[in-house]
Amino acid sequence: MKSQLQAWLPRIVLAPSFLLILLFVYGFIAYTGYLSLSDSRMLPSYGWVGFANYDRLFGLRHWKTALNNLWIFGLLYIGICTALGLFLAILLDQKIRGEGFIRPIYLYPMALSFIVTGTAWKWFLDPGIGLESIMHNWGWSSFDFDWIKNRNYAIYTVVIAAVWQSSGFVMAMFLAGLRGVDSEIIKAAQIDGAQSWRIYWRVIIPMMRPVFLSSFVVLAHLAIKAYDLVIALTGGGPGRATELPSTFMYSYTFTRNQMGVGASAAIIMLIMIFSIIVPYIYSELRSEKRS
Amino acid sequence: MSQSRSTQSSNRRVWLRALLYAVLLVFVVYYLLPLYVMLVNSFKPLDEIRGGNMLALPDLWTLEPWKAAWSSAQIGVQPTGLKPYFFNSIMMVVPAVALSTLLGAVNGYVLTKWQFPGHGLIFAMILLACFIPFQIVLIPMARVLGILGLAGSTPGLVLVHLVYGLGFTTLFFRNYYAAFPTELVRAAQMDGANFFQVFWRILLPSSGPIIVVTVIWQFTNIWNDFLFGASFADFDSIPMTVALNNLVNSSTGVKEYNVHFAGAILAALPTLVVYVVSGRYFVRGLMAGAVKG
Amino acid sequence: MKRAFGLMATSALVAMSFAANVQAQNVEVLHWWTSGGEAAALNVLKQDLESKGISWQDMPVAGGGGEAAMTVLRARVTAGNAPTAVQMLGFDIQDWANEGALGNLNDVAAAEGWDDVVPGALQNFSKNGGNWVAAPVNVHSTNWVWINKAALDAAGGKAPTTWDELVAVMDAMKANGITPLGHGGQAWQEATIFDAVVLSMGNDFYQASMIDLDPDALGGDTMVEVFDRMAKLRSYVDDNFSGRDWNLASAMVINGEAGMQMMGDWAKGEFLKAGQVAEEDFVCIRFPGTQGSVTFNSDQFAMFDVGMDNDSQKQMASSVMNPTFQSAFNVVKGSVPARTDVPNDDFGYCGKKGMADLAEANANGSLFGSMAHGHAAPASVKNAVYDVVTAHFNGEMSSEEAAEELAAAVADAM
Repeated sequence: MKSQLQAWLPRIVLAPSFLLILLFVYGFIAYTGYLSLSDSRMLPSYGWVGFANYDRLFGLRHWKTALNNLWIFGLLYIGICTALGLFLAILLDQKIRGEGFIRPIYLYPMALSFIVTGTAWKWFLDPGIGLESIMHNWGWSSFDFDWIKNRNYAIYTVVIAAVWQSSGFVMAMFLAGLRGVDSEIIKAAQIDGAQSWRIYWRVIIPMMRPVFLSSFVVLAHLAIKAYDLVIALTGGGPGRATELPSTFMYSYTFTRNQMGVGASAAIIMLIMIFSIIVPYIYSELRSEKRS
Repeated sequence: MSQSRSTQSSNRRVWLRALLYAVLLVFVVYYLLPLYVMLVNSFKPLDEIRGGNMLALPDLWTLEPWKAAWSSAQIGVQPTGLKPYFFNSIMMVVPAVALSTLLGAVNGYVLTKWQFPGHGLIFAMILLACFIPFQIVLIPMARVLGILGLAGSTPGLVLVHLVYGLGFTTLFFRNYYAAFPTELVRAAQMDGANFFQVFWRILLPSSGPIIVVTVIWQFTNIWNDFLFGASFADFDSIPMTVALNNLVNSSTGVKEYNVHFAGAILAALPTLVVYVVSGRYFVRGLMAGAVKG
Repeated sequence: MKRAFGLMATSALVAMSFAANVQAQNVEVLHWWTSGGEAAALNVLKQDLESKGISWQDMPVAGGGGEAAMTVLRARVTAGNAPTAVQMLGFDIQDWANEGALGNLNDVAAAEGWDDVVPGALQNFSKNGGNWVAAPVNVHSTNWVWINKAALDAAGGKAPTTWDELVAVMDAMKANGITPLGHGGQAWQEATIFDAVVLSMGNDFYQASMIDLDPDALGGDTMVEVFDRMAKLRSYVDDNFSGRDWNLASAMVINGEAGMQMMGDWAKGEFLKAGQVAEEDFVCIRFPGTQGSVTFNSDQFAMFDVGMDNDSQKQMASSVMNPTFQSAFNVVKGSVPARTDVPNDDFGYCGKKGMADLAEANANGSLFGSMAHGHAAPASVKNAVYDVVTAHFNGEMSSEEAAEELAAAVADAM
């Protein structure tokens, strides 16, 4: 009897978390799926309309802009943060004097809420008062940096600010990974006469695979939820040029009283996210099991 | 690595080191710039901000914006500043962080040391929960909180943050415990330790680093959350970020940027302190497992 | 929906039995008036209620001109935890009333004779199915132009009264080397100008296109002309306009960097706060071609259904409608009172002008809800209009395309 209980105990202990997730995540996703097929406008309502909301969604120009922007933003953001984080971590791992001073500086942006750092960035990127005008004052009059005002480039300014916020965190993760590498391996490679960049490229970076997974999970999660950032920095403008699915969803669900369309946008977005993340997590977990 | 280099190349090495420091410093500037803008302008009178260069130091230093943001700025009907909301946030953050960390630890323990058929699927499902966009949970969550009688209360907010923090805390602890030698666990079991005793005596005492990581992560996220705080709080449980938003985002009034920046830094102070003070343990904690597979 | 509300009511009861500080005599107020002047003005109301023994529980949520507060409201109502009173604009009030969520203020309205003193165009929003559900606090009018006096003098000195005169003044300002039009490139600001331009095509056209949403008016030649004028105005804006907050645009006019700004009456506060005097440092006029007509938006306190005992709610509504409060609040807020019988002694030059314009427009039937501010059409239509106007203003389409797109987008949003 006692051993019976012992056998079930792990499952019982895990159960509350699992049930919470089941209800509050998967249950809510199912509920949203249902709303997306309903005629909900201001509050949920349960009249069945089939796929009309999806029809409507894909007829909207901004939705296409939002999807495009998510691709641009997501790829650049995750790519640059990972590359920059790894690069800075390798630099910081060279027995740097003052590491204890530099590290928190790289890390602190993650601690701030974008409700206001967005304002600081908005000023800085504004050609009238920010970088461009400073460069002009310093005599570099041909300097041109008006991306935030240009609807073809504004999304890249969102990337710049987002990278600022999270790349330090990724750096910390890689730094930890590098510190965890067995120094014997490096010594052995050095004895073989390999150059240090080669050691990094051939030996150490491949060992960082779990760090890539963790940072991918963290960054993908932040990219999908990027909302405050866009609102504070560009408000979705110029025009609607920096709309992301998260801002789109929010505006249709809550300010435009078209909850059905908002829900269908959410479902499409979830399908996209899961179709990228599920295979990735699956392959990582499998390779982990093998090793 | 540098010790192993021969002395002939020391010239080249000095040069490389200089370059290395230069690059690191460039990034120091990049990361500090927005904070610098906020700090400098928080000490200027409003007229100077309107007219002046945003990078320039104040001509006239003033502490008024800071005082205003903390204790006299208009957040609601009464000019209270951010002060009263600070406490509300603490009341919400502390239990939410503690509970989600504890549950994450237990989950990680079960998922690595007491694996049962289907544990991989369950982990994947918990992990995927990290990716749900918060906008879609607002309405159903409000309904559930209403049914539970937790609407507009601090316990309700704690529940919400607990649920949506579980994915990350479980991920962190699972990865950490995966690297923990299973032999030690088995040995303790042989000695007759039960499920909880193993956790309590063997794993928890060596979980310091990962607890630091998890607490920092959760503290930052929950402290900075706006959407849940605004939607599920009542007049007497409004958290700091909502108050800050009220200060900054007023629609048709005069925008006092200096007060806004001062307020923003005040609101971020607890997380900043946590980062700076525990930064060293943070990397150590990440090193110890959060990033290991 | 009914069953859902039943369920909510039950859960609300449960919630209430847990809440420690629920007494009969209090009001919880959800609003987004958090800037210094606004909140101070609201404090007048709070003190008035407290003198009657009603405690005020403050629930401010700022952001997006009330958008954040409306999101919060939805969560609150879904949770069965609705606030007592909520600051609301235009169609939101009707939407909530149609959901059956609002209370009834008929007793107090009848006792105090609101029907006689509140302009009819406002009553369309404060009443639902003939019942008073909200108490209007103010009327903002949106078709104002704020001009730097010195810049105007340098450009001929005569305030423009027609479109052609406006263009002439702006050309002169441009020749004088300043930005003629200080503007912030946010959708709602562009829509605010758009409202005024549509109205300048005539009251009938505004009624047909913005309120009746007549497809012929929305997609017709007059609308093409409206968009042409928007494009013309765009040419007087500096290159750096996009994303700029409206008050920074006001600052440009105050500094003389820009000649004028087209913005609602809340801009007045920025000028006064900068120590400027009406008619000496700045000039307030109606958008050329819209004299005698007013587009408005009105903040109201919608009262949620709190069951039988809504005495404190009625007290609050009564205090809101009190002429003394209406005067005190609106002097600070920059708007004008929501009732036409309030003395104008405490108001400044532009405020008095605004009150006179409102009374005149009300009498002539030329008082219209503002599209840009959610008083002409429901939120979905409003945002569809925003999309087109802002896309056109940012050069994404020609005027013909914009008119066509406008008709299509509005039809699609209804």
